Amino acid sequence: MPMASATRTNRVNRNPAPGRTPETPGPGRRPSKAAALWRSSVGKKAVMAVSGLVMLAYLVAHMLGNLKVFFGPDDLNGYAHWLRTIGEPVLHHGWFLWLARPVLLAAVVAHGVAAYQLSRRDLKARPQQYAHRRRQSTYATRTMRWGGVILGLFIVWHILDLTTLTVNPLAEEGHPYQNIVASFSTWYGGGIYCLAMLALGLHVRHGFWSAAQTLGVNNPRRDRALKLAANGLALLLTAGFLSVPVAVMAGLVR
Amino acid sequence: MNLTLRIWRQQGPDTPGEMTVYQVSGISEDMSFLEMLDTLNEELILRGERPVAFDHDCREGICGACGMVINGQAHGPERTTTCQLHMRHFNDGDTIDVEPWRAGAFPVVRDLVVDRSALDRIIGSGGYITAPTGSAPEAHATAVPKEAADLAFEHAECIGCGACVAACPNGSAMLFTAAKVVHLNVLPQGAPERASRVRNMVGAMDAEGFGGCTNTGECATACPKGIPLTGIARLNREFLRS
Repeated sequence: MPMASATRTNRVNRNPAPGRTPETPGPGRRPSKAAALWRSSVGKKAVMAVSGLVMLAYLVAHMLGNLKVFFGPDDLNGYAHWLRTIGEPVLHHGWFLWLARPVLLAAVVAHGVAAYQLSRRDLKARPQQYAHRRRQSTYATRTMRWGGVILGLFIVWHILDLTTLTVNPLAEEGHPYQNIVASFSTWYGGGIYCLAMLALGLHVRHGFWSAAQTLGVNNPRRDRALKLAANGLALLLTAGFLSVPVAVMAGLVR
Repeated sequence: MNLTLRIWRQQGPDTPGEMTVYQVSGISEDMSFLEMLDTLNEELILRGERPVAFDHDCREGICGACGMVINGQAHGPERTTTCQLHMRHFNDGDTIDVEPWRAGAFPVVRDLVVDRSALDRIIGSGGYITAPTGSAPEAHATAVPKEAADLAFEHAECIGCGACVAACPNGSAMLFTAAKVVHLNVLPQGAPERASRVRNMVGAMDAEGFGGCTNTGECATACPKGIPLTGIARLNREFLRS
């Protein structure tokens, strides 16, 4: 151990701030370094991993919040109101949500742009397909790109449905519980939501483990645990999110 | 054994190619896949046709020269090199598709021969130690932790055949680059150039037009030397900390 660790320590001292991702540039880091990371395929994947984890953390909180629908209108509507009071009195009413939204939007945009650019590079790298085609990899892995597009479109629909209420004709502002029931009572409202949540589960299943791989957290000892965690997370998220429209359509929540 | 072969025939880099059907008979199941192609080529030469061009050298599974995609799998159905794949893994009467490695960075030279010098250029950008080492040093002069030695050796097994690129749906050379970077970066001898090596080699890999990694794991499944997929995680870690 002595020689190896000594040499490595020297190197680290000469290059401070190792292991930073482009999303968290350190103080005194030249902007060209972030640009170099964004230009490289590995750096762009790190952006995808970090933005994906930001969205994933949000989704876990979102899913847990949704479960309040099972405790009745007062519980859910009270929770929705509380979300707007976070940070008071330092923050004004509703500011916390408006602070969270740009972060989420940035994550979605960074994730999408990086995915688009990486996909173009990937398709160009195999200009001629094999004549003998063989089904490769898992279903979750193969559907990452189109699944991602579906999820992107769903986010737009979901905001129009339950935030701006544009496509939810029976909805009233300030009554999220009633709006959820109104949306999921229509065949398309519930159907679109259920399909998107299945796509989400598949996306998270491959995405979470991929992020660990991309950020260099994975190693032979952790591989199994990370894959199990990815499957567990995907299953919990999908089940949690699906429980609400299923309950509405089954008449348990009305 | 009697077999039907559908082989990619292409005269040169700029001419179009196509899958061409050949019948071979009298194939022994103890033949290697390359010996089976030798048998076909002898017949083609006797008939006055151009033999099928393919790369090969040691035929012992250690040089990395040979390689073709057999029935959609790099190096065929077994986890080995094409030269060490034996015909006993096929059945009498089978139709076998044989294609070259497909990647934008691997232009076809002729038939099943592709130009893999893009991999050499990745090595040239950092897959070495700059200091002249002279004659072999005293083995105990630089202590190497057992774990580092094992890890380095596991990744040093890469023979650069390019099966990882051929198997990857994105034509990515991440497993190859990972093998070369990890092999040197975990050793004390490679530590001084640890950061520049990984930056330069990833840069060279991107510049050659290889695709990115989407963690499908096809590369590690195809690798005849068993380079682990977690090597790519280690490459990513080395890159991000540089």
